[in-house]
Amino acid sequence: MAEVVAAAPQRVAARPRLRGTALLGTLPFFAYVTIFLIIPTLVVVIGAFADDNGGATLDNIEALGNQYILDAFGRSIALSAISALAGAVLGAVLAYALATAAPNGLLRRAVTAAAGVLAQFGGVTLAFAFLATIGLSGFVTVFLQDHGIDIYSGGVWLFELPGLTLVYTYFQIPLMVIVFLPALDGLRPQWREAAESLGGTTWHYWTRVAGPLLGPAFLGSALLLFANAFSAYATAAALVSQGNPIVPLQIRSALTSEVVLGQANVGKAMALGMVIVVSVVMGLYTLLQRRTAKWLG
Amino acid sequence: MAGVIARRARKQRALRWAVLIVLGVFFLLPLAAMVEFSTRDPGTWPLLADWPKLSATYPDLADGIVASLLQAALTALLMLLLLVPTAVWVRLRLPRLRRFVEFLCLLPLTIPAIVLVVGLAPVYAWVTYFLGGSSVTLVFAYTVLVLPYAYRAIDAGLSAIDVRTLAEAARSMGAGWATVMGRVVLPNIRSAVLSAAFLTVALVLGEYTIASLLNRTNLQVAIAFLGKSSATMSVAVSLTALVLAFVLLLLLSLFGRASSPASPTASKEPAA
Repeated sequence: MAEVVAAAPQRVAARPRLRGTALLGTLPFFAYVTIFLIIPTLVVVIGAFADDNGGATLDNIEALGNQYILDAFGRSIALSAISALAGAVLGAVLAYALATAAPNGLLRRAVTAAAGVLAQFGGVTLAFAFLATIGLSGFVTVFLQDHGIDIYSGGVWLFELPGLTLVYTYFQIPLMVIVFLPALDGLRPQWREAAESLGGTTWHYWTRVAGPLLGPAFLGSALLLFANAFSAYATAAALVSQGNPIVPLQIRSALTSEVVLGQANVGKAMALGMVIVVSVVMGLYTLLQRRTAKWLG
Repeated sequence: MAGVIARRARKQRALRWAVLIVLGVFFLLPLAAMVEFSTRDPGTWPLLADWPKLSATYPDLADGIVASLLQAALTALLMLLLLVPTAVWVRLRLPRLRRFVEFLCLLPLTIPAIVLVVGLAPVYAWVTYFLGGSSVTLVFAYTVLVLPYAYRAIDAGLSAIDVRTLAEAARSMGAGWATVMGRVVLPNIRSAVLSAAFLTVALVLGEYTIASLLNRTNLQVAIAFLGKSSATMSVAVSLTALVLAFVLLLLLSLFGRASSPASPTASKEPAA
């Protein structure tokens, strides 16, 4: 006890006596975050359980059971899952191709830099890129028509879910490369050599060594891709011309259209539903990421 | 054994090129199509380069471009003013709060922009009441949007230097907190600050959700609006915006690479 007291004076400089004044320094940050992040979050959470007059109600949550909302959630989840799966598989193959290239080579640097840019390439710009490519008068559409192939013989699918899936995959693959490449780099060549010196084949190596090691990383990355697609709004808003097939577009219509009496807060309930889905997915991602770090960190 | 490895290397090389060519076509095709599409009308690109004529022909587009550039610059500024002093201060004086600040900064990752808009609508009713309905006010929302990315960049920069020792050295020689920030800490995390700013600019230039739903304008809103009347022009502007973001992020990745081997020595440099 005496030593502690004796040591105390030297620590005064390191530990300020007035914690209150130290807290003042963070005041601008906390005030800002409260107004523009915490309050909007609370507006959504509380609004989901409030009626038009501010009273508590579960009607909005029950409204989520409406068929059109359930359908929108179903389509959103299907779109996110398929584009995440396609992006994860193709992105993992591309990442593997890069991992076998020279670590500091031009190829790898150029492709990872391009992936960094393309992963951010979403929204309206991407929608227009695909309109110019496979829109009704797009480059590829016209080229194929000149050669007797009509990609829209079965209907114009670009502005519906199949089109959205294709366009989403365009930004999912580069994101997969970015998040999965570090895990592939964590695979040590010695492990493969060890498997071989014990008589294992390439098949054995991939199914018994590399597969189980990369499994959590792959699954985690796929979940991140899912959350990425699930949250996306701008691409769909610019591309889909009719109806509101997915949840973000349903929320838009709840925000912008003349609101039916008693339905004002259904949009907030849908928003809360989105947050819950994304939080669960991101939570699983964090868990898997921790598991990956154990071996491939 | 050597034969096996050589054969595997050959196989891997063949796979590598096959994958790169197939996916390369997938990724380059839309970009090539944009070039082809936007040159169908030969007047498009000259018009885009002629600012006075452009703003006379498409006033909405010109407004959007100006608004976006202003938003990008101001968001980067506000983000740095808010984040750098707080991150440094928390490291120096309130280390226990670090986890909490990190949690708050990463929170927007779990809140999709479309959800944030729902909550921001009432907040912006007040913003409009106090500051008016100008598109520049979107800066407040954008700063929240870029918080996770900017925080990670700045936090990584601060982790690479010994902030405490630097600050104590400066303080013991009589420097005030402003000097510590501006002349000691900031020069040492220059590349982190730059990368946070670049990311911010790239994200703001691509933002559509919040601007369109809060009835304000920016580049993406203008492009989407233009798409209804002049498809060629909107594709040309999209391509320009994309190339701009491409160059910005490419510069960022080059900066990051150039500065990372130098960072251990950078912290040893005399800070002044």
